[in-house]
Amino acid sequence: MLFLADFNVLKPEPGLLVWTTIIFLIFWFIMSRFAFKPIGNALKQREQDIQDALDMAKKAREEMSHLQAQNEKLLAEAREERAQMLKEAKDVAEQIKADAKGRADAEYKRKLESALHDIENQKMAALVELKNKSGQFAIEIAEKILQRELSNKADQESYAKTLADQIKLN
Amino acid sequence: MNRTDFRRYSLALIFSGLCTFAFAQHEGHNHGAGEHHQPATPPTGQQTTQETHQEHANDANASHGEGQHDGACGHSINAETEFNAGDNAVHHISDANAIHVIGDFYVNLPIILYAKDQGWTFGTTGAFHPHHHGNGEQTYNGYVLVHGSVMRILDPAFRSQSYQVTDYTHRIDSSSGKAKTIYAALIDGKCLDLEAKTTYDAGILGGGVTNFMDFSITRNVFTMLLTVFVLFFLLRGVARSAQRNRGKAPKGLQNFFEPFYTFIRDEVAKPNIGPKYEKYMGYLMSAFFFILGLNLIGQIPFFPGGANVTGNISITFILAFLTFLISTFSANKHFWAHTLWMPGVPAILKILILTPVEILGLFLKPFTLLLRLFANITAGHIVILSFVSLIFILGKSGESTGGSAAGIAASIPLSLFMMTLELLVAFLQAFIFTMLSASYIGVAVEEGHHAEEHH
Repeated sequence: MLFLADFNVLKPEPGLLVWTTIIFLIFWFIMSRFAFKPIGNALKQREQDIQDALDMAKKAREEMSHLQAQNEKLLAEAREERAQMLKEAKDVAEQIKADAKGRADAEYKRKLESALHDIENQKMAALVELKNKSGQFAIEIAEKILQRELSNKADQESYAKTLADQIKLN
Repeated sequence: MNRTDFRRYSLALIFSGLCTFAFAQHEGHNHGAGEHHQPATPPTGQQTTQETHQEHANDANASHGEGQHDGACGHSINAETEFNAGDNAVHHISDANAIHVIGDFYVNLPIILYAKDQGWTFGTTGAFHPHHHGNGEQTYNGYVLVHGSVMRILDPAFRSQSYQVTDYTHRIDSSSGKAKTIYAALIDGKCLDLEAKTTYDAGILGGGVTNFMDFSITRNVFTMLLTVFVLFFLLRGVARSAQRNRGKAPKGLQNFFEPFYTFIRDEVAKPNIGPKYEKYMGYLMSAFFFILGLNLIGQIPFFPGGANVTGNISITFILAFLTFLISTFSANKHFWAHTLWMPGVPAILKILILTPVEILGLFLKPFTLLLRLFANITAGHIVILSFVSLIFILGKSGESTGGSAAGIAASIPLSLFMMTLELLVAFLQAFIFTMLSASYIGVAVEEGHHAEEHH
C-alpha cells in the first residue's frame, strides 16, 4: 500500500533546504567568479576579435575594390585623354591644312590680281605711251607734211606713207 | 541500417539492459520475504541480559514474518510478501540517509541531527548497522534508521546507549480523526513508537514539525556535492583553457561547454532581460548547470547516481525562491507601478481585480517554477521505476521465471524509451527553469520606455 506519508519528495525538509541553500550559494558564487566570468569574457573577447577581423577584411576588400575602381577610372581617363589628344591633333592638322590651303588660295588670288593689275597698268601705260607716241607721230608727220606741202601732191602722199611706215608700234 | 548505427543501437540496448538488471538486482531481495527475518547477530560486547531479551524478540519477530497482526504495535514493515510497485517507486525517489549500493552494501553518510531536548548528534549511518531495506540493526543516541531514513525513539529512556532493534512495524492511527502512519521499533520485545524528522508540510502530507531535525548529508546532499564538484572541475577547466587559448581557436571541452554559455546568453538572457543581462548571467548559468547536472546524475541508475534531487521539492523550492528573490529585488519602479497600480485602468478594477491578481502572480510565478521541475523529474523517475517493476509484477516476485522473462522483455524497451525521453527532459527542464527565471527577471528590470502606450 502506498502511504502518502512516505512520499518524502513532496515534504520540504529543513536539512535539505539548508544544504541546498548553502551548496547552491557557494556554487553560484564560485562558478560565477571562477568559471562563468572568465568563460564569458573569453567568449566576448573572441567574438570581438572575430568581428574585428571580419570588419578589417571587409574594409580591406572595400579599399581594394575602391583602388581597383580608381585604377579603372584612371585608365579610362587616360584612354579618353588619348582619344581627345588624337582628335585634337587631327583637328589641328586639319586646321593647318585648311589654313595653308586658304593662304595659298589667297596668295594665288592676290598674285593673280596683282598680275592682272600689272597687266592692266602696263596696258594702260602702253596705251598712254601709244597715245603719246601716236600724237607725237601725228605731230611729226603733220610737221613734215606741212614742210613738204609745197612740193607736189604725189610726193606729199608718198611722204606721208613713209612717215606712216616709220611709225613702229613699239 | 549501417554497421555504425547497429553497433550504437546494440550498445544502447545492452546499457539499458544492464541498467534494468541493476534495478532488478536492487529489488531482488524485496520478494524474499522471510529470509531476512533471521535474528540479527548481536555485536560483540552485548550484555547478557540483552541476549536473553533478544531470544524473546526473535519469537515475536518470527510471527511478523508470517504477516501476523501484532496488536498495538502493527505490522512488521518487512511482512509484506507481495511486491508493491508504488512503494518501490516511492522508496527509490525519496531522499535517504544512507545510499544503498547493492545487496546489503550501503554507503554510510554523515548524520547531523538536532533535537531540542538532546542537542546535536553527529556520526555516520554506519552506527545504525543498516541492513535490509536500509533498516538499522542498532539504535544510536535514541535514533534509528528505518527505510534508510533516520527516525527517533520517542521514549527518552533509550537515548543513553545503543540497543539492538529486532524489527520495525507500522500501523495506521486514526485516533486524531486523521489517518496517520506510526512507525515503531521492537527493542527487547518492547514496542517503541518512533517519530519522523521535521518536515514543513504543515501536516498535510502526514509530516509536520516534530522534536528533531535532520541536517545530515543525505543521499541528495551527497549527490549535490558530487555534482557541484564535478561541474566545478569541468567548468573551471573550460575557463582555464578559454583563458589560455585567448586569441586562438577553442578546443576540447571548450567546444562542448561554450555553446551552452552562448545559448543561455543569446537565446535566454539577452532577449528576456535586455541590456542588463550580464549581471544575471552568473545566476542563470549556475542554475542551468546545477539543474542539468543533477538531472543527468539522477538518470544513472546505480551508485553514485540515481538520487532524485531535482525531483525533491526542497531543492526546487530553494532554486525557485532564489529566482523570486533576485527578480523581486532587482525590480524597478516601472515594475512596481505596473504591478500595484497599473496605469490606464479604472481604479475600481485595479482594487478589485488587477492588483490582487498581480500580487498573487508575484508568488505564483516562482511556485510554478518549483512545481514544474519537481513534477517533471519525479514523474520521469516513477515511470522508469514502474517499467522496471514489471519484471517483479509479471514474475510474481520471483515465483514465475517465465513471467520474469516476459517482464524483462517488456521492461527493457520501455525503460530504454523512457530513459531517452528523460535525457531530453533533463536538458529541457534545466533550460525551461533558466528561461523562465530570465523572463521573470526581465519583467522586473524592464524599463518603462513604452509606458505611454498604456495612457
